[in-house]
Amino acid sequence: MNSPLDQLESLVAEAIASAEAAVRAEDLRQAEPLLIGKRSPFVNLQKTLGGLEPEERKSAGAKLQEARRRVEEVFASRLTVLEAAEKSARYEADRLVLGDVVASRVQLPLSAGHPGVVAITQQSLEDVFVGMGFTVAEGPEIETDWYNFEALNIPPAHPARGMWDTFYLDLGEPETVLLRTHTSPTQIHLMEAAVAAGTLPIHAVMPGRCFRRDTPDARHLAAFHQIEGLVVDRGITFADLAGVIETFTKAYFGPDIASRLRPAYFPFTEPSAEFEITCTICRGSGCRTCSHTGWIELGGCGMVDPAVFAAVGIDPDEFSGFAFGFGIDRCAQMRHQIADMRALTDNDIRFLRQFS
Amino acid sequence: MKASLSWLRDLVELPNDIGLIRDTLDDLGLVVEGIEEVGAGLSDVVAARVDEIHAIEGADRIRRVIVDAGNGPLQIVCGAMNFEVGNYVPLAPVGAVLPGDFAIAERKMKGIVSYGMLCSGRELGIGDDHAGLLILDTHAGVAPGVALTDLLGIEQDFIFDISPEGNRPDAWSMLGIARDLASRFGADVLDPASAISIDGGSATASAAITSGELCGALDVLELSGVLVGDSPRWLQRRLEQAGMRAVNNVVDASNYVMLERGQPTHPYDAALVAGQHIGVRQARNGEVLKTLDGTERTLGQPGRGLGDTGVDCVIVDGSDTVIGLAGIMGGESSEIRATTTNVLLEVAFFDPMTIARTSKRLGLRSEASHRFERGVHFQGRREAAARFVDLLRETCPDLRVAAHHEALGTLPVLPTIAMKASDVLALLGTEISLEECARFLEAINCTVVQSGDQLEVSVPSSRLDVRHGALGRADLIEEIARLYSYRRLLRRTPTWAAPGGLSSRQQTRRLVRSIALGLGWSEAWTASLISEEDHALTHAGDPVIRVTNPLASEESIFRSSALVGLVRAWLRNADRGFANEAIFEIGVVAQHPEVASAPRAARGGEAGATSLQLPHEREVVTAVLGRDGDDAQSAVASWSVIADRLGLLEVEVRDGEAPLGWHPTRYADLVDVATGAVAGRVGEVDPALLEGLASQQLSGRRLGLVELDFSVLVEPTKILRRDVKTPVPSRFPSANFDLALVTPKSVSALRLRSALRAASDVVESVELFDVYQGAGLATDVRSLTYAIRLSREDGTLSEEAILAARTALLEAATQLGATLR
Repeated sequence: MNSPLDQLESLVAEAIASAEAAVRAEDLRQAEPLLIGKRSPFVNLQKTLGGLEPEERKSAGAKLQEARRRVEEVFASRLTVLEAAEKSARYEADRLVLGDVVASRVQLPLSAGHPGVVAITQQSLEDVFVGMGFTVAEGPEIETDWYNFEALNIPPAHPARGMWDTFYLDLGEPETVLLRTHTSPTQIHLMEAAVAAGTLPIHAVMPGRCFRRDTPDARHLAAFHQIEGLVVDRGITFADLAGVIETFTKAYFGPDIASRLRPAYFPFTEPSAEFEITCTICRGSGCRTCSHTGWIELGGCGMVDPAVFAAVGIDPDEFSGFAFGFGIDRCAQMRHQIADMRALTDNDIRFLRQFS
Repeated sequence: MKASLSWLRDLVELPNDIGLIRDTLDDLGLVVEGIEEVGAGLSDVVAARVDEIHAIEGADRIRRVIVDAGNGPLQIVCGAMNFEVGNYVPLAPVGAVLPGDFAIAERKMKGIVSYGMLCSGRELGIGDDHAGLLILDTHAGVAPGVALTDLLGIEQDFIFDISPEGNRPDAWSMLGIARDLASRFGADVLDPASAISIDGGSATASAAITSGELCGALDVLELSGVLVGDSPRWLQRRLEQAGMRAVNNVVDASNYVMLERGQPTHPYDAALVAGQHIGVRQARNGEVLKTLDGTERTLGQPGRGLGDTGVDCVIVDGSDTVIGLAGIMGGESSEIRATTTNVLLEVAFFDPMTIARTSKRLGLRSEASHRFERGVHFQGRREAAARFVDLLRETCPDLRVAAHHEALGTLPVLPTIAMKASDVLALLGTEISLEECARFLEAINCTVVQSGDQLEVSVPSSRLDVRHGALGRADLIEEIARLYSYRRLLRRTPTWAAPGGLSSRQQTRRLVRSIALGLGWSEAWTASLISEEDHALTHAGDPVIRVTNPLASEESIFRSSALVGLVRAWLRNADRGFANEAIFEIGVVAQHPEVASAPRAARGGEAGATSLQLPHEREVVTAVLGRDGDDAQSAVASWSVIADRLGLLEVEVRDGEAPLGWHPTRYADLVDVATGAVAGRVGEVDPALLEGLASQQLSGRRLGLVELDFSVLVEPTKILRRDVKTPVPSRFPSANFDLALVTPKSVSALRLRSALRAASDVVESVELFDVYQGAGLATDVRSLTYAIRLSREDGTLSEEAILAARTALLEAATQLGATLR
């Protein structure tokens, strides 16, 4: 008796041949139902198996499946080859030798560019400090626990580490590599370098992007920008710190805005202070923004802690210093009266266009 | 720390001006986050008896209630369901103004007039419960019309929400806050504590410390005659105002002492403590404790925190079974019950770092752990114990102290610090007399001895933040400045000889930004943390810089490129109907140290003793040009503007292999011809990538792409600048002509240009101005047309000289296989 599978091999050969003969992926896709899909001979054969004995049917079914799988494999690999070839042909047709582009003959679209509000805020802050005699230094965004914490007098498990919600990276031992939570590690780099090169004193500001594991809201972003100042020189006192803060406040925010300091705690400064400025909304008369106190918090500052000097090898009997830091985005938000900080990272062109 | 004015007034005499107190607290560094006024607006609220309750037709959330508030039946419409006829509830009659300036007026609901409002605890600002009305039945003297303030003993009060700084363990207590205020207002602190007096009787308990480095001191009071019940109402209210829940008189007294003095204590039901023994030791790895919150906790296991080796300090009973997590939370097994009669009170000092590590690792924070990890005032633990006894005795008249057991471990050595007025002046820049300094330090309980021009300051255990030696001196000078008032300190604007200024890198960055703006690009700020999928679009297969603890998986990888972020930003604008835009970003990207060409090494780990391999950070300028007409050619043209403005000597737009994410056949590297350094790349966004990210058809729009390696670009040794020597153009007429040269595609336009420029010393400039390929030309060549300008510095060129130069130019072209068209 003839088995329904007698023609199987020839069917397979035929199907494979026609798949391999296809020259366009589209043709192959169209042929799919006829070759291996719903309308293929394999499906017809499958139907005829119903009449066989159970044992026979099982083995015939397996053979049929195996044959069909072989065709499918050829089909799939052929399709991959054709698609790749077509894609590469498309790219080839699109080829442009950029070295032959005649720049002077390209018509560039005319449009007005708008700077980022954070960038222009950072520039104007830098300009104020440069005018006061500061240089500008920068540091990496990925730091180790030493620079971000320990050299700043925040040892492991120090409760103060909890003051910063830190993003750690899967590098090295757990919790050793992190995204800097403040620009203060740049201070450490700067002091280390100055000690190594014998170039003390230091008068520098350090702007940069920082990261904290804060859920973004109208006043906070998980990534934000800070500017930090550091002065290490002979005879520097808290009076110099308060004077620099006041001079900066007036220069940047205007002559009718004043600053004041109140005690605070930062492990890397002692004494430490939070600095407040006259509320820029109500000009000191009291409003909701300043909780009716007339003052708003801008940043932190203080005299460099002797433990920090010890970590970088600066002699505290010869040098003293102060540091301060505050948010660039926060200044931008205040100066441009931006209700929701999240607009800064939305990159909505309608928002960007408002800055010049 | 929530501090009520009435409680503070028990401890120190204060002025009436709330604003002055707030300002003073702020100036002392006790930052007031807010002030809550309680009891205000309650003067009109009275107790009302519920006489009738009726359903309202067509309303199932409100009912008509008839109450009597002393003036006969009154109709109220009320939405609460937790009361029945006969209950007493608070009534705010028409005309009353509740906390939050909520004025009560006649209101009509479903056609029924309501003549007032029945109130919940929350509406009255005296509790958090707003599940229903405040039921007043159990209050003594309740009757229709009795004023609520009389009934509940409420006085108008202000609660300062104070957020103490990390170096102020003392400010986590009412006494600590009072001490600061007393110093500023020139008042005395009235400490209610007495000394422990032992009543005697049979003492059966014992106390022992096994791990002295984890526990510096352990005092156990053995108490009998305890009657568990409610605390007095005044004490409950103080706890509630401080944000704690009243539990029972024993637990409440313990909590009250903690709030007043900053010393946490723990009461155990003596009958539930095996052997009547309280011991302290280090937990063994794997020991399990069910804490008061009902959670089983496995102890003694190292955590991920740096240096966390799994040291937990525990309380054990006489059979060495763990019954409490020292300083953090007690165990369930020995909790105070309604039937407790004998109490063991634990008053201890635990090592702050140990408590901090355990609390962090277990994610278990309590009011007690909060204080222990900052360091509690161990010198005051007997006063704390005595205060507990005094408070509990108010509700337990038969209370007896059978014995006081004490065990000692290693307590911190308290610093003694020498300082001079000149130290204060050198740090603060303000002169403060030695006498005044001594007065400030004594105000915070330091013992001060003056000898000559020097103070010897012994620091109390209430200020464990003060360090030894020179560090401690800075700490004490901060205390002096704080109590003196920062606002009174002098200001001086310093000057120094060194000039300020921007580095050349910073100046170049500003220049690049300004050129980009001039090209019409707007500046974006896209996320540094991106999804793994987005990372793979440009860096598939590269190891990722993964954030261990991301806020969301979409922000879990530190980017290696800003391309996808900018394309997404452009697409979002396009979706809003603003596709005709070019945007750029100047920002940091990084390569994993395993694949980075120059990984950064930096000190890290404990004490910075390890050298760690860090990712290589690069600052890049990335621009996506999506305006109508933008494509790879506008990217090239834009780059040529940038290169020109930056004064670069010769950077070739050189065909190269496009990185992932870039159009493979419209791509070029920007290579310094002399050094081979790559300043960046230009091209187009791969249409496949764009299609994958776009939410709608972009009808064949091309996105031009520029990416500059700013860190390379700014290095004048890598990307050469034009010579500082500036030639003056010839004042004589130049000879100008064009050369159309059929050039093999293997020879770049730049290479041919360089050859032409070098062909003769009368060549002033050679500029490509046309490229032609197609009909009439073989497929492996194209025609490049250059505008040639010849001149001489010292005169007009002769016909012969021009001809000679032309010949030389053609000769140079021929050498590269180019022929005149």
